[in-house]
Amino acid sequence: MQELILGAVAYDPKVVTIWDGFKDYFLEQGLPFDYVLFTNYERQVAALFDGLIHVAWNSPLAWLETERMAGLRGRHAEAIVMRDSDRDLTSVILTLASGPVKAVEDLRGKRVAVGASDSPQATLIPLQVLARQGLVPGRDFEVLGFDRFAGKHGDHIGGERDAVRALLTGAADAACVIDSNVLAFGQEGTLPAGKAVSLLATPPYDHCNFSVLDGEPTAWIEAFRTLLLNMSYADPKVRPLFELEGLKQWLVGRTEGYRLLAEAVDRDGYLDKRIEGISR
Amino acid sequence: MRHADLHDLPFEEGGSLLVKRALRQAQDGEPVRVTGTAADLEILLRAWCRAEGHAFESRDPATMVLTKGPAAAQRWSGAERAGEAASPGGVSERPPRRWGLAARGALVEAGTPEFGFALVDKEEVWSEATGRLYAQAAANQWDPASAIPWDAAVNLPDEIEDAVVQVMTYLIENETAALLVPSRFLAQLHPHFREVMQVLAVQAADEARHIEVFTRRALLNRPRPGLSTAGGQASLKTLIDEPDFAIASFLLSVLGEGTFLSLLWFLARFAPDPVTEAVCRMAAQDEARHVAFGMAHLREHAAQDAGLLGRLEMAVRRRHRELQHTAGLNAEVFDALLLIAAGSWEHEGLRLGHDRVTRLVAEMHEGRTMRLSRLGFEAAKAAELAGLHTRNFM
Ligand SMILES: [Fe+2]
Ligand SMILES: [Fe+2]
Repeated sequence: MQELILGAVAYDPKVVTIWDGFKDYFLEQGLPFDYVLFTNYERQVAALFDGLIHVAWNSPLAWLETERMAGLRGRHAEAIVMRDSDRDLTSVILTLASGPVKAVEDLRGKRVAVGASDSPQATLIPLQVLARQGLVPGRDFEVLGFDRFAGKHGDHIGGERDAVRALLTGAADAACVIDSNVLAFGQEGTLPAGKAVSLLATPPYDHCNFSVLDGEPTAWIEAFRTLLLNMSYADPKVRPLFELEGLKQWLVGRTEGYRLLAEAVDRDGYLDKRIEGISR
Repeated sequence: MRHADLHDLPFEEGGSLLVKRALRQAQDGEPVRVTGTAADLEILLRAWCRAEGHAFESRDPATMVLTKGPAAAQRWSGAERAGEAASPGGVSERPPRRWGLAARGALVEAGTPEFGFALVDKEEVWSEATGRLYAQAAANQWDPASAIPWDAAVNLPDEIEDAVVQVMTYLIENETAALLVPSRFLAQLHPHFREVMQVLAVQAADEARHIEVFTRRALLNRPRPGLSTAGGQASLKTLIDEPDFAIASFLLSVLGEGTFLSLLWFLARFAPDPVTEAVCRMAAQDEARHVAFGMAHLREHAAQDAGLLGRLEMAVRRRHRELQHTAGLNAEVFDALLLIAAGSWEHEGLRLGHDRVTRLVAEMHEGRTMRLSRLGFEAAKAAELAGLHTRNFM
């Protein structure tokens, strides 16, 4: 083994710029480092278990897949580091301010637009929150999926944009999006000010983390963790990398924030089916 | 606790400015209370704080407490001032390339990319007169449409008209050289030397106008311009190819445009028609500024760099050697000048024209000698170098 190898999913061309930048930085800091890009998270999780990569830059769903598979195989997975911006996200269900839907109950018999089928923020979590309130997707309301790039777990913004457009054109009565995209869609003009309001906000949940398995090269992983936690936004070499990756500070990983998603993906055996797919 | 009250103003419709102002006034780690009744304020504020690195806590949907994060202070921690705004005191001797395009005196964030400016030494480009010359240049811009009496009757005998067209053809290619040379250095200059950049930019604009009016005069009564010679272009190519700012500026502005000043005033004086008179007079006024700028920065440069005059002398000698086997000023231009100065084909007229052109050439030589002396060359050397100037005038 020559270097620490990280896996990341290429949900956008900028991912190459991001990891080339981090690679330069880590090499400069004396950590032998390289990265591999995957087209989907399931292939990345499989590669982590096959030992092809040592660290996986995982979506929350990929983290749950990793954790569940580790349990099945008698191994231990750890979420070592995450972005400050990975903590306490919320998703909202938007409706038209002038429309008839004023309460969650009004969604019965209506059409709810969601993002990619494997998107925690735009599909899995909001649908779970509705289910908690007694509205079962597919039974009590129709789910309109906007599945851009399956396997990327909703990292690509396109699915949520399509969901919001469906709300604005009347094709849907509600749309599920992450809170930061409500801001972004307002700024880019997709969502004109005052046009939509949130019917419901989910409880806070966490997003990505760097996942590792026990038995991997401990010293390098330790060096990697220390390097990340010491990176400072005050460093002009670090700042552009942070800006691309969307953080101000790396934080020690925590896993409490994945409970809501775990509840969602266990509702109908969804996670187990995905794990079978990965293992096959 | 600091407080930003948005009332019913939505965050995305201006409310964010109130929040940012309150945070700007707070210390890192200080809490700021935000209240407001607009729909979804809590949702948007939470998302915004997460992206900006401020801690967020919701007391109720209308009351939130933010704790200012360190990102803003961190961003500007390594920043530096790009000199000071005032001229000349704030002008740096050697501005770092990492200041880039920043306004002089602006606070530049650390990590700004380095630009590949080649001209970064104040000594090479600056003079105290630059700001004044720029202001003068900006104030004296003229509109070719109204400054030239294009509607005046121009009915010259065919051969005089042909002579004017030939002179205009020659002027156009010389003006083109005078546009390209400063433009090239303009693109290499550190913009910290703002006034120099502005002078060079206006100079290029002046030349663009000269090209316009000379072209218009050439085509006034003829379908196309006249002749362009290999010797003339060989002379101008040495200017275009010169990579050193001081040398290029010396050859172009002090010697070339200095010589052109005499030529343009001569043409204005003996012009056979009011349009030719006006285009040459207006161009000459601009050229005087171009010469003044070249003189000003080269004099200051020479005062600080004892080797400069030696390098300029070598450049004149080298250019002379390069051009000595070319034809120099084409015979057609010389004859055209003579005919214009004569004003007729009468023998006495032609003799008078010849006298006038001979006097012009002598005047050009005196002008160059005087400018060379003012740059610091001693009298005999100034006269010798003035005599080695290209026969093409520019
Ligand atoms: Fe000119
Ligand atoms: Fe000029």
